[in-house]
Amino acid sequence: MTARRTDRNADSAKLTEQERELAQLRAEVTAWRAKAAALPLRPDANITSVSGGGVEPAYTPLDLSPDVIGATGLPGQFPYTRGIHPTMYRGRLWTMRQFAGFGTADDTNQRYKFLLERGQTGLSVAFDFPTLMGYDSDHPRSEGEVGKCGVAISSLADMETLFDGIPLDKVSTSMTINGPAAMLFCFYVAAAERQGVDIAELQGTIQNDILKEYMAQHAWIFPAEPALKVIVDLFEWAAEHTPKWNTISISGYHIREAGATAAQELAFTLANGFCYVEHGVARGLPVDSFGPRLSFFWDIHNDFFEEIAKLRAARRIWARHLRERYGARDPRSWKMRFHCQTAGVTLTAQQPHNNVVRVAYQALAAVLGGTQSLHTNALDETLALPTEESVRIALRTQQILAYETGVPNVADPLGGSYYLEALTDGMEREAEGLFAEIEAQGGVVQAIESGWFQRQIAHSSMRFQAEMEQGRRTIVGVNDFVEEAEGPVNILKVGDAAERTQRQRMANLRARRDDALVTERLEALGRAAANNVNIIPAMLDCARAYCTLFEIRHVLEEIYGSYREPVFF
Amino acid sequence: MTPAGSPSRNPRPIRVLVAKPGLDGHDRGAKVVAAALRDAGMEVVYTGLHQTPEMIATAAVQEDVDVVGLSILSGAHMTLFPRVRQLLEQMGRPDTLVTGGGIIPPEDMTALQQQGVGKLFGPGTPTSDLIEYIEQWAASHLES
Repeated sequence: MTARRTDRNADSAKLTEQERELAQLRAEVTAWRAKAAALPLRPDANITSVSGGGVEPAYTPLDLSPDVIGATGLPGQFPYTRGIHPTMYRGRLWTMRQFAGFGTADDTNQRYKFLLERGQTGLSVAFDFPTLMGYDSDHPRSEGEVGKCGVAISSLADMETLFDGIPLDKVSTSMTINGPAAMLFCFYVAAAERQGVDIAELQGTIQNDILKEYMAQHAWIFPAEPALKVIVDLFEWAAEHTPKWNTISISGYHIREAGATAAQELAFTLANGFCYVEHGVARGLPVDSFGPRLSFFWDIHNDFFEEIAKLRAARRIWARHLRERYGARDPRSWKMRFHCQTAGVTLTAQQPHNNVVRVAYQALAAVLGGTQSLHTNALDETLALPTEESVRIALRTQQILAYETGVPNVADPLGGSYYLEALTDGMEREAEGLFAEIEAQGGVVQAIESGWFQRQIAHSSMRFQAEMEQGRRTIVGVNDFVEEAEGPVNILKVGDAAERTQRQRMANLRARRDDALVTERLEALGRAAANNVNIIPAMLDCARAYCTLFEIRHVLEEIYGSYREPVFF
Repeated sequence: MTPAGSPSRNPRPIRVLVAKPGLDGHDRGAKVVAAALRDAGMEVVYTGLHQTPEMIATAAVQEDVDVVGLSILSGAHMTLFPRVRQLLEQMGRPDTLVTGGGIIPPEDMTALQQQGVGKLFGPGTPTSDLIEYIEQWAASHLES
């Protein structure tokens, strides 16, 4: 009794002591802030973040949330602010995954082998514009674009060539494709079957995120509701047949590249994520049946701390919403896994070698933010697709970070930084505010159809452009530190040969396949779509019969219709 | 159609069609440029995405524009610029300035200029450069 009373007295004495210290700190910080505010500012200083937010001259313990322990947790623990694995990169480094594709499937197959031989650990397919839009290489609308910005894949035949000599049960493959995502996924699954691989072992990611296409990247085919229906079809089918496959990569990258701020990228992307969850649940799928296979993709821009805070906040918000709002019980549904890519929009055509440095800082931010995989841009990507040399430097940038800097040894090494924790909290607050605005717009789909997201993004983009043009934001080599005479840089040229080769390949394919089977399979797909059943099995049958991309698109478009963008500027 | 240099044309602002030909969906640059030209006092029409050269030339004639600005980041510039230029000539509008920008290597810019396309602009160009170029072109071509 007596002992306990003494403890309590000691506790209360301690509390009073702490309160006194806190009050003293508050007074000191207030006085210090007043003094700091009166100090002169460097004339070329821009003390706002890249996103335009205000930044204090320094941060103190007073900037930490009262519940900092609960809000951050330990690495590998809810709400995963500090990372999804307890020891992060000690157990396994991030996957170094360079996005690549150009010309024909043969050309790109050789680039993949080049990258794999140099220590790259995963593949990432860049498709050309016709493929992204669901057009075959020999379609009139593809003229001049075949193989230019990525690889042309018009059927299973091209997919087989793309992965020739690359065992699909041994590599993980990411495919950046959205409008026709399910079609390319079926080509991939059929190619794996042809290799004799057990499709249950397939590992990789299909981007399959149509909502951000309407907002930013603009490679769409169908209107939102049928497009969302096919996405949920893929969730459902993959849960049963390809359980290790990430069925979607919910992407902030393109939203950011289109000019959004970090908080807009964060909030719009998460809102899209919630929209997919809601569509899955509305189908009757238990959230934990598809939740663990949802993955994300973030842009890593120039503002170092802002980007790290964005990644930490993203994990925390996702975990909280999945558990509390959607009732997920499987911790794998709470853990946000993501890929990062350094920001293409920050690369400059002027003095392009400086881009190596920009990319290195951005890569560091991605790793400090706990990414699962990373693409580092090559220095020449504002000029053309990258050369082998520039891609090698980009990959080496990651390897230097992984093996020479010591950064991967500690999980979330910046956790507890007054500034970073305050920024992370601020990001979360800003995102929650934007969720409320999206709700007020009638939800994600309605806010897309009214052009609300597109206007928000355009507004931020114009603000940044104005800051740059007025010299309020310095971009080295562009609006300051300019070199008058710059030497040329060697760039990769993709000529018209790929287009000619592809047309020939398509002619050969059309001549040798079983036309009756093609027609039968396409009709079956049309029936599946019209009857509103899961269309993936019928689509996979089309892929196996060498139906082409556009043939599949065309059948579905007859039933689903086409998306029309709201045009404005 | 009003011939270049006719007095009826002088008082009106320069009319510009900003267009996104082909399948490329990168429209940040096109929208930034469209807004900057509008803010500089020009009348700007923006086509939206995924336009064919035929759609663009038709819109240029219908909107009676002086300038067509194409934004191409897909590598298809050697096909799309000459096609739009040629269609405008066929539709009786050879006087229209076809300019633009995007990711276009310098040697391709030169080759396109030799085919009658105007000046082309690369990434990082301040919008003031385009405004100045179009205003100068208009001063020597629209008012004489």
